[in-house]
Amino acid sequence: MAFITATDLSLGYDSQIIVKNLNFSVGKGDYLCIVGENGSGKTTLMKTLLHLREPLGGQISTGDGLKENEIGYLPQHTVVQRDFPASVWEIVLSGCQGRCGLRPFYNSEEKKLAADNMERMGITDLKDRCYRELSGGQQQRVLLARALCATRKVLLLDEPVAGLDPFVTSQMYDLIKGLNKEGITIIMISHDIAAALKYATHILHIGDNVFFGTRDEYLESESGRRFAEWQNGGEKIDE
Amino acid sequence: MSKLIMYMQYPFVRYAIIVGILIALCSSLLGVTLVLKRFSFIGDGLSHVAFGAMSIAAVLKMTNEMIVVLPLTILSAVLLLRTGQNARIKGDAAIAMISVGALAFGYLIMNVFSASSNLAGDVCSTLFGSTSILTLTKGEVWLCVILSIVVVAIFIIFYNKIFAVTFDEDFSRAAGTRANAYNLMIAIVIAVIIVLAMNLVGSLLISALVIFPALSAMRLFDNFRSVTICSAILSVICAFSGIVISILAGTPVGSTIVAVDIFAFALCCIAGVAKKGIAK
Repeated sequence: MAFITATDLSLGYDSQIIVKNLNFSVGKGDYLCIVGENGSGKTTLMKTLLHLREPLGGQISTGDGLKENEIGYLPQHTVVQRDFPASVWEIVLSGCQGRCGLRPFYNSEEKKLAADNMERMGITDLKDRCYRELSGGQQQRVLLARALCATRKVLLLDEPVAGLDPFVTSQMYDLIKGLNKEGITIIMISHDIAAALKYATHILHIGDNVFFGTRDEYLESESGRRFAEWQNGGEKIDE
Repeated sequence: MSKLIMYMQYPFVRYAIIVGILIALCSSLLGVTLVLKRFSFIGDGLSHVAFGAMSIAAVLKMTNEMIVVLPLTILSAVLLLRTGQNARIKGDAAIAMISVGALAFGYLIMNVFSASSNLAGDVCSTLFGSTSILTLTKGEVWLCVILSIVVVAIFIIFYNKIFAVTFDEDFSRAAGTRANAYNLMIAIVIAVIIVLAMNLVGSLLISALVIFPALSAMRLFDNFRSVTICSAILSVICAFSGIVISILAGTPVGSTIVAVDIFAFALCCIAGVAKKGIAK
């Protein structure tokens, strides 16, 4: 049984359906990239997977010992966070909130978990720094450490490299791949199909024609081939 | 100084100072959250609603205005914070609409059904704070003390959750925190504080009590805990000195407190710039 299984899922705003008949599943250790054009419903799908909104039809079931709120989430930046006075430590620790339930304060076990995850992301020396003063790459590491506090199993990443420069972007991808090798399942929304093909094990393409399968199957599929052609064409122009 | 000691012997002066400090403390605690959530004006909006409710109570000649004012203000707070997320009319417009509407209706009702001979005086004192802080009864002081303790207790118990929900609501919800319930709680607490604070500074000046300490503290510190603590301390100091100055100099209480708050904000701005300069 897979961690997350979506059957006949329909997504959209109000009652207007954007995507329908979506079927896919994510198992332990998978690295799934969700690709598609702007407005194709990627973020809506993400929010549905997180149970932030209800699907218009079909259902999402969790299994294999995964609980609904055991998904670590790396959201895109919000306006509020741009001038929010919070230290790195406070933010990473807040990833443990799901473990607290109704208990008001964090216990020593949760503080240790937060410290460990900061170590894992290499941001221990930033502990007392203010979040808004960090670089884009450092901010993403902080949010990734927070997401890791919320889960040991599945990470959902919404455009984790948006706005990062190429060097930091490849560092970020390596970091994520590293986590995947440690056994954490990755579900990532991306614009960057080239990187998706490089790192992912499975691809979900949503849009006019929906595709779900492994990376190799995607390369053989119609939309995959179209992408490959486009990329080759792009390279020719570069030369 | 001797003049101050003489004044301190009157119970009404002591009551005013106690109530003033408590209100300043409560309003500053949630101020940080409101400023960060982009709800700075909610205090203003709600206080106008409270003014409208107050005028209804006055027309109905109710002896205890709280019975009308508190529920109506809480109701509007809930409506405002709820619609902030996904309504057709966005947050700031909704606040403007409700606040101006309530203000107009309040004044209209008072004018049409007024029993008082000094209408302009009544309205002015409700809007800008009045001597009512100096005419508090023992019962009102106790009510204020109890509500303040409740507010502070709620804030401390839910401090971590309030931080999480303010910083990133989607993440909180995904992690299983009931963000809507906490938003609702914040709305109710704000409404209670506003109704309390009307006694101190009047409807029009409440926003100052909510936002100035938070903004001042944000100039100086860059983590949530220090900002919260600093804004609470600043707010209490400003309220205390404001009340003392107003007693000694015979100035209106509300506007004196706000003036002191602004002065403190200016000092914090300068200190903040200096701190950054030294750090570099």
